[in-house]
Amino acid sequence: MVNIRINNTDLTVKEGTTILDAAKANNINIPTLCYYPDLDIKSDCRVCSVEIVGEKGLVTACSQPVWEGMEVKTNSPRVLNARKTLTELLLANHDDTCTACERNMNCELQTLANTLGIDENRFENVLEEEPLDSHNDAITRNANRCIKCGRCVDVCKNVQGLNILETMNRSHEMKVTPAYGKYLSDEECTFCGQCSSVCPVAAITERDNTDEVWRVLDDDRKHVIVQVAPAVRVSLGEELGSEPGSIVTEKMVAALKQLGFDGVFDTDFTADLTIIEEGYELIERIKEGGTLPMMTSCCPGWISFIEQRYPELIDNLSTCKSPQQMFGALAKSYYAKTENIDPENLHVVSIMPCTAKKYEAAREEMSVDGEHQDVDTVLTTRELGKMIRQMGIDFNELENTPFDNPFGITTGAAAIFGATGGVMEAALRTVSEVLNEEPLEKLDFEDVRGMEGIKEAELELAGNKVKVAVAHTLSNARQLAEKVKGGEKDYAFIEVMTCPGGCIGGGGQPYNTTDAKREERIRATYQVDTGMEYRKSHENPYIKRLYEEYLEEPLGEKSHKLLHTHYFSRN
Amino acid sequence: MLEKKLITARFDKINPLSIDDYVEHGGYEALSFALGMERVDIIEEVKKSQLRGRGGAAFPTHIKMMGVAKEEDEPRYVVCNADEGEPGNFKDRYLMENDPHQLIEGMIITAYAVRANKGFIYIRGEYDKPHSVLQWAIDEARKKGYLGKNILDSGFNFDIEIRSGAGSYVCGEEFALIESLEGKPGRTRVKPPFPTQEGLFQKPTMLSNVETFANLPHIVDMGGEKFAEIGTESSKGTKIISLSGNVKKPGIYEIPFGVPIRDVIEQLGEGTPADRKVKMVQLGGASGPIIPEYMTDLTIDFDRFENFDSKTGAGAVIVMDDRFDVFDILLRISEFFEHESCGKCTPCREGNLQLLKLVEKFVDRQSSEKDLANIESLARVMHQTSLCGLGQSAPTALLSTLQYFRNDFVDRIEHPESQ
Amino acid sequence: MLEDLLEKYPQQEDQLIEILLDYQSQKQHRYISEEEIARIAAHLGVSESKVYSVVTFYTFFSTEPRGQHIIQVCKDVPCYINGERTMRSVLEKLLGIRVGETTRDKRFTLEQTSCLGHCDGAPAMRIDDKTFTNLDENKIKAIISEYRGAK
Repeated sequence: MVNIRINNTDLTVKEGTTILDAAKANNINIPTLCYYPDLDIKSDCRVCSVEIVGEKGLVTACSQPVWEGMEVKTNSPRVLNARKTLTELLLANHDDTCTACERNMNCELQTLANTLGIDENRFENVLEEEPLDSHNDAITRNANRCIKCGRCVDVCKNVQGLNILETMNRSHEMKVTPAYGKYLSDEECTFCGQCSSVCPVAAITERDNTDEVWRVLDDDRKHVIVQVAPAVRVSLGEELGSEPGSIVTEKMVAALKQLGFDGVFDTDFTADLTIIEEGYELIERIKEGGTLPMMTSCCPGWISFIEQRYPELIDNLSTCKSPQQMFGALAKSYYAKTENIDPENLHVVSIMPCTAKKYEAAREEMSVDGEHQDVDTVLTTRELGKMIRQMGIDFNELENTPFDNPFGITTGAAAIFGATGGVMEAALRTVSEVLNEEPLEKLDFEDVRGMEGIKEAELELAGNKVKVAVAHTLSNARQLAEKVKGGEKDYAFIEVMTCPGGCIGGGGQPYNTTDAKREERIRATYQVDTGMEYRKSHENPYIKRLYEEYLEEPLGEKSHKLLHTHYFSRN
Repeated sequence: MLEKKLITARFDKINPLSIDDYVEHGGYEALSFALGMERVDIIEEVKKSQLRGRGGAAFPTHIKMMGVAKEEDEPRYVVCNADEGEPGNFKDRYLMENDPHQLIEGMIITAYAVRANKGFIYIRGEYDKPHSVLQWAIDEARKKGYLGKNILDSGFNFDIEIRSGAGSYVCGEEFALIESLEGKPGRTRVKPPFPTQEGLFQKPTMLSNVETFANLPHIVDMGGEKFAEIGTESSKGTKIISLSGNVKKPGIYEIPFGVPIRDVIEQLGEGTPADRKVKMVQLGGASGPIIPEYMTDLTIDFDRFENFDSKTGAGAVIVMDDRFDVFDILLRISEFFEHESCGKCTPCREGNLQLLKLVEKFVDRQSSEKDLANIESLARVMHQTSLCGLGQSAPTALLSTLQYFRNDFVDRIEHPESQ
Repeated sequence: MLEDLLEKYPQQEDQLIEILLDYQSQKQHRYISEEEIARIAAHLGVSESKVYSVVTFYTFFSTEPRGQHIIQVCKDVPCYINGERTMRSVLEKLLGIRVGETTRDKRFTLEQTSCLGHCDGAPAMRIDDKTFTNLDENKIKAIISEYRGAK
């Protein structure tokens, strides 16, 4: 332990602790900008500069470990002046039209300037304007707002292992772009959106589709329905100010009703359906010698990753559409038919924790009839939060409201789709019961749960030992892909989710997501699971009815038309 | 005699391309002796010599050596910083062109002391000739058994590879250099850990300047105590001065520490051409202070230089006579830093551009009291908050002129019309 | 040509700058094209963005075609106070281009550079991999006409 003094407080902290962590643990606030928990310490912005008594220069609190007897001043006039100057310098090379910005009142730079009391900038604005990159359906890049904090480069390179965004040039001409300043759509970008979720300003954001949704909601000719992904119910509360891990399923439904949706449904329903289709696909591949290991296909970032970088593994991907797309396909067919709605006038919105889902919905083949896309508009959790705020809804005062039917009754297996390992666990619950023809003793597959990068489990299916693997983040996924490419035959089934922690840590989730918050959302996810009446997808009575009334059988003709898809090499 | 030739002693005596010449003049004797010494004893001699780094920061060399030697992690590296990019400095070029084996020998001795088996010389891309001279020397040394496996039958293995820079001043900064050696843009890393702990490829790395390594054979040869008899209380040994600007005889001069700057200019450089008055002298290079003539009685000494709060220790002396104006010089310096900033941290990336804009206002006689206040405040914040030593010293020249030539600033504000 | 060159280098990330320098110095117009960046990236197993970030960081590299010879004039203080402006204007007049431009016959590109480390021979310039010092108008004219004469 080391004794230090910060301002007028004497503290004893662990050796090796940074000044920032020591201050934080003792409720002393030091402003930061490039610092982000779980990412590398960059120490680039210098905003967390503090004074060590007796030292000439200032040090950055984020990077400086404490030493015995260190005396720190976090708010001396010298420190405050430096912080202010640094912030002015950043603002002087920044599009500072704050009120015309997506992140207005939710921007770390603006908050910093406000905290420091900056009311004028002594420096000339030197911004050289650059065009927007809004050439894809998922992510918009606005270089004029970038403050070169390096967070996006870090996640793209170190978390996802893609290294599409990089730091180009030097001096004041330095910028963060793909090679040659190209559009993201020209690169092998998976649109995972992790860059957007760590960006402190509005330099990288999801493509905003809220206006489009307001328009269709106002259009009397349109029947507008919405589906909500499993991960959103454990993060929307956080977006609206509650504690991380708050479960707000029924208030969320109420809010969506207030916004004016004609039907509020649960993507969990088609998650259950995915388990049936994917489960039977796995059984078929095992029994009939199909391509193994089979790899999950729920995650559009992962699909892009395979299409771009491992096209030779396309046959390993399950042909199942993702739950989002299965929902859209059923809505435009089964639902439109039973409700007697012209698909032309049916608008399907989905609320996803994900930016890549926007891209997925726009993929040409994601259409039942070649005319109408399965899903029309995708909003992120953040965008839904924005609409709720725009409407002035007092979220916490809403009355609990259940999802509508026929896509409202779901299982615990579907609920855990949002967490890494969840799809695997849900599939195992169904596949082992079907193959072993006896009820599972224990529903919880602990081996595939949690934040470890790559998880493995072994189990017995119909007398055979079967190995499965689960990975989250594309860096980890790449390791598995390399193994499979190298001919590894050990695994029967692999689940991959692109984002850290799975969809609960998706690129469209609330800003400032950290591993600690991901853990909370995961905890909430399993809490939803255990609270459900049904916990295995094949026990969902509405799924059974859907097969009886419409689909007939898993992997049947209708299923193939509506619920399965194909992939392309985009290498 | 002002000069004391220790590491430049062989310059006019040997053919740098001949290893035999070098050996004939006592070369590789120190190595042979060192290989028979205990490793800690070599470091102990360096400690006694009180050798401090010659690249500018003047860090005690034995502490660095000890730092690497005590690390368990392997492999360990020895890296020579030959990225002499600081304007006004050219002494490393002379050392490499005229006595390449002296540097190589110094690196081998260091490597032996810190138990490193691989060395790199990172040489700036502009130095084509020193590069080829060094490559030739390394090949020769390898042929003769001074480099490679089992050096002089000692059982010690060490080899050196030359790597080239590609046009970047900041790569002279230790971590930027290491990043560049790894094939990346030369942007520094956060400290700690220091290079001695996690340097090149995250391994313990002994990184020093050309001139520092060149001193090693002499320390082994003379013994640390004898070496420490040269120089002043705080600065031991000799220093090579790169003298340039308005002097009759620009060039390099090796002097013992403690010689007044004025003597270097007037006696070694033989004064200004046409005997004009010296107006100002910049010490260390673009990142060093600019002082008025009356201050040139200051002696060349690390401690004296430390008063300027900057890394003046590389030994450049740039003389400017009375035809030159402070602002023209500041403009060049500001343009240099604006162009060379790696871009990583805010104060250096954004600050140097804003500083340049403010200097331009003074050059154009468009400046106000407010500009003076802003330029001073900005320069101080840049100095205090930049991530690396180079960023911190970018505003040194400006801050020194604000101190010693303040009237020139005030004059520009008060008399915008006068030419 | 690139393929032969790549074979000489181990497939290690730290070889990137050496490869780029080696290749560019042999290439007709002294630049690295987009396809070449992609090829080098693939060889080293790094992203194109990474290679591009290196190419745009160091002043030696160009992504645009340049002249057969690159003339770099030093712009820093020791050269400045010893006639750098004269050196530059003589070159500009002689070549009929400004700093940053390439002659129409693609023979010469004129660039400014940071200190060349020849301050005792100021003003100094570098043509390709050769440095020239103590320059005055006559010396510059002689040097350029020599380069013009040679193929």
